[in-house]
Amino acid sequence: MSDIKIRAKLEGDETTVKCLMSHPMENGMRKDSKTEQVIPAHFIQEVVCKVKGTVVMKSAWSGGVSKNPYLSFKFRGGAVGDEIEIAWTDNKGESQSQTAQIS
Amino acid sequence: MIDAKRRTLVKGSLAAGAVVGAGLIAPRAFADWNAAAFQAKDIPTAMTGLLGSDAAEVSDRIKIKSPDIAENGAVVPVTVETDLEGVTSISIIASKNQLPLIASFEFVDPSVVPFVATRIKMAETADVIAVVKAGDKLYKNAKTVKVTVGGC
Repeated sequence: MSDIKIRAKLEGDETTVKCLMSHPMENGMRKDSKTEQVIPAHFIQEVVCKVKGTVVMKSAWSGGVSKNPYLSFKFRGGAVGDEIEIAWTDNKGESQSQTAQIS
Repeated sequence: MIDAKRRTLVKGSLAAGAVVGAGLIAPRAFADWNAAAFQAKDIPTAMTGLLGSDAAEVSDRIKIKSPDIAENGAVVPVTVETDLEGVTSISIIASKNQLPLIASFEFVDPSVVPFVATRIKMAETADVIAVVKAGDKLYKNAKTVKVTVGGC
């Protein structure tokens, strides 16, 4: 079960990919208001975007990206039905990936 | 030329990584994550660590779209796009965050349009700086976002 939602839409020759990931994105500097304990860092470090199995974009993030991250990018040359894959890996080594088709 | 070779290597290693990842044998941390840049407390160190230099020419061809006033610093939408040629990466920096470097997007494939949109955390009123690598040069632009309640 993956918590990544992807929407990829072709308009003209440009495909716009929008995705929402489900992740706490703790930067490791916040304190729990009740216990005064620092909440350990837990954030996505790498996001890889593939089109038809080929990496087109990859990104590296810090804990400064908002909780439940949103990412949008565009590329040329896609076709309806092409497969988009988004995969992330966080600082604890957890990872998720999801695929969707261009509509 | 060297850059093209490096790209091929990067692609190759990523593909190999994906094959291993697909088997879900073991979770793996992102070994390439640039800790020096992302854990830097000042912008020059972060930029040098990530891009090899902190010298960037200011360019108004980089468009940063974000609200003038963000009521909630925990969720500040930021869109960066540019019409500069040969863009290979876009990085986003929040100038007054404790760790200023927020994210870096590398355009591995030339089909990717130099455009990214995401949402970032901002500790206080500060500049959102976008650094674009195009060809061998760095360009940057900034937009001030007034933050009512900090979100770090």
